[in-house]
Amino acid sequence: MSGGEGALLTAAGLTKLYGARIGCMDVSLELHAGEVLAVVGESGSGKSTLLALLATQLRPTRGRIRYRMRDGVVRDLFALAEAERRFLLRTDWGFVHQDARLGLRMGVSAGGNVGERLMAVGWRNYGRIRGEALDWLTRVEIDGERIDDLPTTFSGGMRQRLQIAKNMVTAPRLVFMDEPTGGLDVSVQARLLDLMRGLVADHALAVVIVTHDLAVARLLSHRLLVMRHGRVIETGLTDQVLDDPREPYTQLLVSADLRG
Amino acid sequence: MTGGISYNFAYLDEQSKRSIRRAILKAVAIPGYQVPFPSREMPMPYGWGTGGVQVTASILGPHDVLKVIDQGADDTTNAVSIRQFFARTAGVRTTTDTGAASIIQTRHRLPEAPLAEGQIVVYQVPIPEPLRFLEPRESETRQMHALEDYGLMHVKLYEDIARHGHIATAYAYPVMVEDRYLMDPSPTPKFDNPKMHMSPALQLFGAGREQRIYALPPYTRVVSLDFDDHPFARTRFEKPCALCGARDSYLDEVIIDDAGGRMFVCSDTDYCEGRRAQAAAAGGAP
Repeated sequence: MSGGEGALLTAAGLTKLYGARIGCMDVSLELHAGEVLAVVGESGSGKSTLLALLATQLRPTRGRIRYRMRDGVVRDLFALAEAERRFLLRTDWGFVHQDARLGLRMGVSAGGNVGERLMAVGWRNYGRIRGEALDWLTRVEIDGERIDDLPTTFSGGMRQRLQIAKNMVTAPRLVFMDEPTGGLDVSVQARLLDLMRGLVADHALAVVIVTHDLAVARLLSHRLLVMRHGRVIETGLTDQVLDDPREPYTQLLVSADLRG
Repeated sequence: MTGGISYNFAYLDEQSKRSIRRAILKAVAIPGYQVPFPSREMPMPYGWGTGGVQVTASILGPHDVLKVIDQGADDTTNAVSIRQFFARTAGVRTTTDTGAASIIQTRHRLPEAPLAEGQIVVYQVPIPEPLRFLEPRESETRQMHALEDYGLMHVKLYEDIARHGHIATAYAYPVMVEDRYLMDPSPTPKFDNPKMHMSPALQLFGAGREQRIYALPPYTRVVSLDFDDHPFARTRFEKPCALCGARDSYLDEVIIDDAGGRMFVCSDTDYCEGRRAQAAAAGGAP
C-alpha cells in the first residue's frame, strides 16, 4: 500500500461490522484532489456504509482514514476532536443526500440554507451573506427571486441543486454524494449531472459518489469501485471497468444496464 | 400557619433546598450554562413559575423582603398568589417597592428602577434552551453548547430579516453571556436585554418543568446577538405612558372600552405609581 504523498484522502483496511453482519470489509482506497470516484454495487453491497465511514458519520470497527487538511497536514480523521471534525464537515467537505430533506432545513428559506455554513464559520454581515447566497443560487440555476422561499415549495431537482449550493458556498475540496440523482426524472437528472460536471471541473472538486446507476458513474467519475457483499471486488478507470469488466459480477452489472 | 398544618420554612424541605442551592452555585460559577437540578412538585401547575418558586424558596431567609411581579405588575394573579404563598409558608415580609426588595421573583419583565448590589432577581423560565426550536434534540443542543457551535441561532435572525426586513424577534431575544454561552433571557421583552448587561444584581433563572437553572452573576457581560448591518435595537415607543408620562419605560397596550379605545401604560406598576405619587407631591399631575 503506497503512502500516497499527494493523496487527499487515504483509507486503509476500513471494516465495519454490524454485530456478526458485515457492513463493509477491508476497504482501502486513495482519493486525489479533483478526482471523482464512483462507488457502485447493488443494494446491500455496503456502498452506503463505506460512504458513511469516509464522511465520519460512522466509526469503523477497524481501519483508519487519513486526510490532508487545508494547511497541508495529514491527519487521522478519527483522531480529530469533535469541534475540528464539525469544522471540517462544514468548510472543507460537503455531503449531498439522496433525500434533500436530510441535507436541507425545510423550515428555513433557500437563502438561509445557503447562508448557514457562512454564519457557522462566523460571518456576521447580513448583506454579504445574502449576496453570497444569491450568487450561489444563480450558479446552480435557481432564480434569485426564490431566495426567500422555503425548500418545501421547490421541485425535486431544485432541492438537489439547492443542496449543492448549500455545500459549495464554503468552497469545499471534497464532496460526498449519496445517489444525488435518485428519484429524479431523466431530463432533470441530465441537467443536474451537467451542473455537477461543471462544478467538479471549475473547482477541482474531489467527489465520492455512491450510485447504482452506471450511466451516472460513466458521465461523472474518473475511477470506479465495484462493491459486493461488503467488499471491493473490482476497481479501475471508469471506462476501463465499464467497457472491459473482469469480474463476473461486474459483467452482470454492466450487461444489466446498457444506457451508459 | 393556618388550620394546624405546618410547613417547613418556605415550603420545601431542607435537603431539596440544599440540592437546588448546589445547582445555583454551579450556575453562578459558569454564567449562562444550564445546570440540571432535581425539580420538585410544587403546589401549583407547571407554567406558573414552579422553577422560579423553587429557586426563591432555596435562597429565601427570614430577613428577606420579597417582591413578585408578573409581566411587570405586582397585582396580577400569578404575582399575588406567589407573594401570598411565601408570606404564608415563610412568614417573610413582602413589598411592591423595587428598591425595598432583597429578592424579586419575576415573570417576563425586569423592573424599570435600576437594581442594586445585594439584590437578587429570580426569573420564571418556561423553556431554557434557546436552540430548542431550531434543533429539537437535547443531546444535540448540549453538544452545540459544549462546542460553542452557535451559527444556527444567526440563521434564525437571518430568517427574521429576510421575512420582515428587520430582526422581528421581540422577546426571548438570544444573548451571549461572557462571550461563551448562548442564553435565552426567558420570555422577557428584548427591551430588558440591555438591563441584564453588567447588572449589579445577581440574576437567577429557574425552569421547573425542564429542570434547569442558569445564572448571571453581578457585572456579567450580556450581549444581544445581531448582524453588523442589522444591529440590535431596543424597542421604542412613540408615546409616553398615558398615566405617568414616562418615556423610558416598557408600555402595555390596554383596551379601555368596547369602541376600540386603547391606551399605553407602564407595564411596571410600581414604577408608574411611584412616578404619579411623586408628581402629585410636587403639586400637579403632568
